[in-house]
Amino acid sequence: MKSKRGESLKENFGAIAWTLKKFFGYYPVLGPLAMLCILFSAIVAAIPAVFIQKVLAVIETFVASGDWSAARQALLPYIFTLIGLYAVSICSLTLETQLMAIMTQGFLDKMRREMFNGMQDLPIRYFDSHKHGDIMSFYTNDIDTMRQLVSGSLPAFIRSGAIVIAVLAIMIYYSVWMTLVLLLGVVAMFYVSKVVGGGSAKYFMQQQKAVGAMEGFAQETMNGQKVVKVFCHEQKSIEDFDKVNGELYEVGFRAHAFASVLGPIIANIGNILYVTLALVGGVFILMKVPNVSLSGLALDVTILVPFLNMARQFTGNINQLSQQINSIVMAGAGAQRVLSLVNEPPEEDNGYVTLVNVETDEKGELREVEQHTGHWAWRHPHQAEGTITYTPLRGDVRMVDVDFAYEEGKPVLHDISVYAEPGQKVAFVGATGAGKTTITNLINRFYDIADGKIRYDGININKIKKDDLRRSLGIVLQETNLFTGTVMENIRYGRLDASDEECEEAARLAGADDFIRRLPQGYQTELQNNGANLSQGQRQLLAIARAAVADPPVMILDEATSSIDTRTEAIVQRGMDKLMEGRTVFVIAHRLSTVMNSDVIMVLDHGRIIERGSHEKLIAERGTYYQLYTGAFELE
Amino acid sequence: MIKTFVKCIREYKLPTILTLVFIIAEVFIEVLIPTYTARLVNGVQASAPIAELLPAGLTLVAMAIVSLLCGGGAGYTGAKASAGFAKNVRHDVFERIQHFSFQNIDKFSTASLVTRLTTDISNVQMAFMMSIRIAVRAPLMFVFSIVMAYRMGGSLAATFLVVVPVLIVGLLLIARKAMPAFRSVFRRYDRMNESVEENVRAMRVVKGFAREDYEKEKFGKASGSIAKDFTKAERIVALNNPLMTLCMNFNMVFVLMVGAKLIVTSRGTLINVGEISAMLTYGMQILMSLMMISMIYVMMTISYESMKRIVEVLVEKPSLKMKDEPITEVRDGSVEFTDVSFKYSESAEKYALEDVNLHIPSGSTVGIIGGTGVGKSTLVQLIPRLYDTTEGSVKVGGVDVRDYDIEALRGAVSMVLQKNELFSGTIRENLRWGDPDATDEEIEQACRLAQADEFIRSFPDGYDTHIEQGGTNVSGGQKQRLCIARALLKKPKILILDDSTSAVDTRTDALIRAGFREYIPETTKIIIAQRVASVEDADLILVMDNGRIVGRGTHAELMRSSEIYREVYEQQTNGGDEDEE
Repeated sequence: MKSKRGESLKENFGAIAWTLKKFFGYYPVLGPLAMLCILFSAIVAAIPAVFIQKVLAVIETFVASGDWSAARQALLPYIFTLIGLYAVSICSLTLETQLMAIMTQGFLDKMRREMFNGMQDLPIRYFDSHKHGDIMSFYTNDIDTMRQLVSGSLPAFIRSGAIVIAVLAIMIYYSVWMTLVLLLGVVAMFYVSKVVGGGSAKYFMQQQKAVGAMEGFAQETMNGQKVVKVFCHEQKSIEDFDKVNGELYEVGFRAHAFASVLGPIIANIGNILYVTLALVGGVFILMKVPNVSLSGLALDVTILVPFLNMARQFTGNINQLSQQINSIVMAGAGAQRVLSLVNEPPEEDNGYVTLVNVETDEKGELREVEQHTGHWAWRHPHQAEGTITYTPLRGDVRMVDVDFAYEEGKPVLHDISVYAEPGQKVAFVGATGAGKTTITNLINRFYDIADGKIRYDGININKIKKDDLRRSLGIVLQETNLFTGTVMENIRYGRLDASDEECEEAARLAGADDFIRRLPQGYQTELQNNGANLSQGQRQLLAIARAAVADPPVMILDEATSSIDTRTEAIVQRGMDKLMEGRTVFVIAHRLSTVMNSDVIMVLDHGRIIERGSHEKLIAERGTYYQLYTGAFELE
Repeated sequence: MIKTFVKCIREYKLPTILTLVFIIAEVFIEVLIPTYTARLVNGVQASAPIAELLPAGLTLVAMAIVSLLCGGGAGYTGAKASAGFAKNVRHDVFERIQHFSFQNIDKFSTASLVTRLTTDISNVQMAFMMSIRIAVRAPLMFVFSIVMAYRMGGSLAATFLVVVPVLIVGLLLIARKAMPAFRSVFRRYDRMNESVEENVRAMRVVKGFAREDYEKEKFGKASGSIAKDFTKAERIVALNNPLMTLCMNFNMVFVLMVGAKLIVTSRGTLINVGEISAMLTYGMQILMSLMMISMIYVMMTISYESMKRIVEVLVEKPSLKMKDEPITEVRDGSVEFTDVSFKYSESAEKYALEDVNLHIPSGSTVGIIGGTGVGKSTLVQLIPRLYDTTEGSVKVGGVDVRDYDIEALRGAVSMVLQKNELFSGTIRENLRWGDPDATDEEIEQACRLAQADEFIRSFPDGYDTHIEQGGTNVSGGQKQRLCIARALLKKPKILILDDSTSAVDTRTDALIRAGFREYIPETTKIIIAQRVASVEDADLILVMDNGRIVGRGTHAELMRSSEIYREVYEQQTNGGDEDEE
């Protein structure tokens, strides 16, 4: 990236501009104010050179006579002006740094929220097609480069740029010849830093790769650490690790060597330049070379001394500028990635049918009410007629001739038709990749179907507002995800206004109450790290309780009990049966004992329903289901 | 703690010391440069002929070149030392983890171990590099510059009496106020990122319950409060810059004013213009070195947490104690448990195993059945001494497992773990874990026995098929059979399968067991299973519940005597009986 500096700068220029626009958009007054402060204190930083020159000139005038009081008279105006300037500059510097501290964090906060809020609205497809680690690095690495850009590079760039220009102007003011000599030196500096810096960039990139390799190896070994132990493979693992570790050392050493050699080289070129300037200046003075300058002053020692100081300042800031370019390029790349997240199109939702609380009035008609009644209906506005109809929420789900593909041209579902009447239990059985989970992904519109129709209580689900559709469906997935917080909070996630009693009731229903009470703090036990202190089976029970408290008319259980052993499952079964009572339930299960009592079982193969019917019917047919049941097939 | 890290320098002592030497030399020269510059400037001022200026000029150039070499050398050796240091720390941490017992492994999560090996060590590497380069450089520079400034400027150096204490006190105050604020907010910042990760992982749940707005609000609150606390801390640190500038400005005014007076009143005898300029340079160097010191202080406190986390691993003692003169020969595959009780940690209230007495004759087949968390895995893990018993003893081949050489024991007891892993590499490489010297015939033989040969051959690259990290490109059942083949290659006296055929269909499962009976009759086979069918034909079946063996016998005996066994059996075959042929 750094090796093609110009190119990537151009590429990321848009992202950098976007970042700055955001920043100044958030802080239309304070932002420019801080920048002005930076400019001001930068210019003040360049000015002392002028005063040194003046003071030295005064000294030169009076040193022969030794008349201090006269000298003081001449000096004081300069000194007071200098003090005044300094006072103002410190005020502006303090203002600037305080403002920057406030704005940087405020900016990061706003950016984080914008990213997170945008992310919440992305379709599931996005999360299925992006690695979680990559998404996380938006929040860690990439936003950090933006912080660097706003709080570090931008002020430094303005400061150094201003100082360079100011100093250059002052130098030309005093002597053009000397300035030219200095610029020659600066060119040499640039050359060296390009050569050395390029090498460093190359090795830093290799180092990044080596770190990745080492991390991958460590990750894999740590994951299988118990296997390593069982096979007494420790010594071999250490040897293998030493190999990747050694490679990392080689490139890491080179990268750092190049980077840290650069500093002293630049600094000492500065020193040599300083001496050269002093000598050249001395020669000029001795030879009485006619000075070309804006000031028209003749070159003498009172100019030479401040000039030398300015030379230091000049080279130092040029150096700063070149370093900033590197980090701006990096920030650009980070900003580019953040931009790509923020610009990702959100999940579309054109649904207008909503879920509302209703009560039945005297005439037996549904009436929409504000308060929670326990009765729900779909509020369906008809634009053409300008009327609103209410359809009671029952949980009738029909899929008709549904086709679906995750990727164009690779269909995963063909002609799926499923009718689930309210209260029915529908099971899907089939090998991994047969399309079981995909079907459930379509019902709650995690993905949209390509062809066919899905109707919920007779309403096309595309017309239902997604949030309301999903609220009417409870899902329990094989991979249980719990949140940091107490057990109670995790159950309440299903319905935010559920009381403690309702949560406990749901836990009892799911068969989770028993183990929860045995936890150190019962329902108030803090879960961390996705409930790492619970067993997989216990996590599944909590997930079931969470779905139960939501009390939806339709439930999707995707391998919801796969990690509960058969014996515990049998115990939980009663609760599960109660939970499923009166609800439409879609069940996906590996274990056939879980699905046997379904009203209808669908056997899926390569995206098609190849058998359907009750357990008894399918067994009698002696087809695929029968073979699965007798264990002749392995289910993956 | 520092001692632990110093030990990691090892073969990089020379570059470390060289770095220090180079830096001392560099600082020394750097401090002399302004003095010689002053001479040069005075020469110029006195309008000395070029011939007189040249020596001073050339000395300066020579000094710059030496300083360049020293600085460059320090950069080079410093990079070597710190990269080498990091390499050694990584090696030590990794090696220590390899020597962890299961008990130690349980204590750390994989993710936290990986972070320690990567982020934490690179933090410590930075701290090491800073401390050998800047921690020496800054104080030296500080002292040298003060000495030189005093020698040159005399009373002018009085300015430092004012500036230095002000800066030191100021920096200290800032650091002391800011650091605790930073540390606490850093931790919360990490936690916020963890919760983002949690949210991403659980996106299906979030969307499934339509909780997007709830999550947004939760995140907004966390992010906002973190921003507030960060701002507080950063505003304190932001005072560094004005404070530093104030000191430099004071220095400038003081030196100009008092210097001018000195020159004029002494008519240039006490001090001269060149020296005034040098005084300004020294002032800069002194203040900069103080700034550096405070920077290092901050760096160190930040990396302190990392250091602590690394040391935590390095001081973790492997919990298994080894015998001095261990037995290296396992006689046969008999297993004997005598009054064994076990709990995973001393503080645990509940025993995972209680009062287990058990004798398994060499060559027999034993099945173990029971729900999750009743202690099945725990029981078998004591046999290859993955854990030590809390009470009682476990004997293999008539000898207490604690008396064996651990490699000899684990070589004879081959265990297929419940959570099993394949490693990236070819299938053949993975299988050779069992026996590095296995011939191709032996490998294929083991795979035939584990019913893996057939599907391996169906892959285009056969035994040279590359397994992805985590074994994601083979199915669960295939992975399990590969793991069994790998365990068989050890030619063990005892083979333990911990729920290792759960994803294998029942027919293949039966074929595997039949193969065991036929080809490895001498080997003791212990099989943990969920399916009764997997253990039905075993010589002995154990039923476990709540850390105890609650039933033992053959299938027929247990059908009569054990209620749990019968229950499980019926549950699994329920409804199927009448249809089965």
